[in-house]
Amino acid sequence: MEKFNTFKGIAAPFNILNVDTDKIIPKQFLTTIKRTGLGKHVFDEMRYKKDGSENPNFVLNQKPYDKSNILIAGDNFGCGSSREHAPWALKDFGIKCIISTSFADIFYNNSFKNGLLPIMVTKDERDALLEDAKDKENPEIEIDLGNQEIRRPNGGRIKFKIDPFRKKCLLEGLDDIGLTELHENKIKSFEESRSTKHPWL
Amino acid sequence: MSKTLYDKIWQSHLINEQDDGTSLIYIDRHLVHEVTSPQAFEGLRLSNRKVNSPKRTLAVADHNVPTLDRELGIKEEDSRIQVEELDKNVEEFQIPYFNMNDTRQGIVHVIGPEQGFTQPGMTIVCGDSHTATHGAFGSLAFGIGTSEVEHVLATQTLIQKKAMNMLINITGNLDKIVTSKDLILYIIGKIGTAGGTGCVIEYSGNALRDMSMESRMTICNMSIEAGARAGMIAPDDITFNYLYEKPMAPKNKDWDKAVNWWKTLPSDTGAKFDKIVDIDATKVTQTITWGTSPEEIVSIDGNVPNPDKISDEVKQNKIKRSIEYMGLTPGQKISDVEINTVFIGSCTNSRIEDIRSAAEIIKGKKVSTNVKALVVPGSGLVKKQAEEEGLDVIFKHAGFEWREPGCSMCLAMNSDKLNEGDRCASTSNRNFEGRQGKGGRTHLVSPEIAAASAITGKLTDPRDVT
Repeated sequence: MEKFNTFKGIAAPFNILNVDTDKIIPKQFLTTIKRTGLGKHVFDEMRYKKDGSENPNFVLNQKPYDKSNILIAGDNFGCGSSREHAPWALKDFGIKCIISTSFADIFYNNSFKNGLLPIMVTKDERDALLEDAKDKENPEIEIDLGNQEIRRPNGGRIKFKIDPFRKKCLLEGLDDIGLTELHENKIKSFEESRSTKHPWL
Repeated sequence: MSKTLYDKIWQSHLINEQDDGTSLIYIDRHLVHEVTSPQAFEGLRLSNRKVNSPKRTLAVADHNVPTLDRELGIKEEDSRIQVEELDKNVEEFQIPYFNMNDTRQGIVHVIGPEQGFTQPGMTIVCGDSHTATHGAFGSLAFGIGTSEVEHVLATQTLIQKKAMNMLINITGNLDKIVTSKDLILYIIGKIGTAGGTGCVIEYSGNALRDMSMESRMTICNMSIEAGARAGMIAPDDITFNYLYEKPMAPKNKDWDKAVNWWKTLPSDTGAKFDKIVDIDATKVTQTITWGTSPEEIVSIDGNVPNPDKISDEVKQNKIKRSIEYMGLTPGQKISDVEINTVFIGSCTNSRIEDIRSAAEIIKGKKVSTNVKALVVPGSGLVKKQAEEEGLDVIFKHAGFEWREPGCSMCLAMNSDKLNEGDRCASTSNRNFEGRQGKGGRTHLVSPEIAAASAITGKLTDPRDVT
């Protein structure tokens, strides 16, 4: 996985409650057997009109947000299905970080596996960032994962919490499977004792 | 120290725990389907890894499969390629597989229990959020993403952090007319779609002890709609009787040993829960959804809400948007709402008991001329059982279509979908915008309400048609 470095990017105001994974990437695009190429379909139903043309009212179709790297999102972002196509599609569009008050568990987990950073902040902090993002002239926010800090356009800083193991994996671009394989002996002995105790398992 | 059911399963699967709580847990069973697995198998190939434990894995194609004219194969090219990929992958990695034409084929969360692949005390995962279903057996079962599917295939483990323990305690008894679907929709309405985020829910109470495994599965299935990755119900004699002599369940001496162990699993008296919610069963009515989130519920005799009465602006906007998308008016009586589609199926409600309950209401009646109605049994074995009981004839006489098993119109990845503006009474689990087809409108209901609504062409209390 690519290392997650400090970056500055355009933040889009996306204050919708309970954005579900069907909304992020509808099922007609789940028939792919690849991880890439889903960016053009992210938020398909909100983003395109019935005739296939872009919906000008949708924030990610508007300048400068069509080049967004950050979403400032409503509560409970990513609820619904386990489809990893949701973070794949967001990542493919160019989103590297989503900031909200809360995320659905599976989406949250899937994001880290794909170098997409979900940051949880308080409602007041999120609302302040939403105001920052609404300023089309200056919507750039800096994300510094190493220092666990969001730097606002006005110079203000917001600290955030993150699980240390997940942080390390993102910063160093570590592969989970490789890490687990380091425990191979422990896994084997666990399996052996389990088959003796509960042979039907 | 007193432990919860979840604590016990977690601890018995813990291989390694880091200081920050990051844990490596062992996975007993892995269900695989065609939509969330191709990239995982591709990952294995690219890194030259094998499947660690094919015998703990079971694969089936369910999301994309046609429910009509199956012998002609899959018409849609993308869907066909995805199922063919699974065919190739299970062959290459030697994974047990029920292919599209196997009688045992069906929705992944129907076939696991049906085969006895699902058992108490296990950790069970699948690249599908409704894996929570299997928690009805007193197992820890949850949905995972494709990267985790690859991780489990390669190592038979997962990196996890322990979730919080949440107890939903149901006191009192349910009214006879109230089903487990009504109960879970009511619970989601109470705690919201993020109510269980970060938690594993254990459901308890006498009302559950009287329930069949099918009904318990309906409840655990929709735990994810309440934000919880897993929902569980402690195993008891009903659980053991269900599993007895199932093809993959333990046999002979192993059976006795297993039952003895399973009996030790229920939460100890005095076990600590981080969150407790009490639900008064006597207050639960026949519940359906009016909006585009599973928490937007209404009693069958109730009305669409009025957003002007909601003070929180974000919530008010969400309700306005839902009312607009659903084509309803504030304050409208929900039983006046006309539907043109009925879908009885999905991993929530497509088991034999669901089909029997719907058939009971449909018997001798006709589907309204304005309604397209279909029954999609959860598996080939459910279909066979229903046919042996003559239920297919009841449905067909009434004007229902009787289809082949699969996920079908629950998520509309195959050709079973709603058209723009169609309105469906659906026994499935999600009513998100476009879930059953772009522009389609979904009301989540019990099989009984689905059947009654098919007869009248409106969202209907089953008591009004009997």
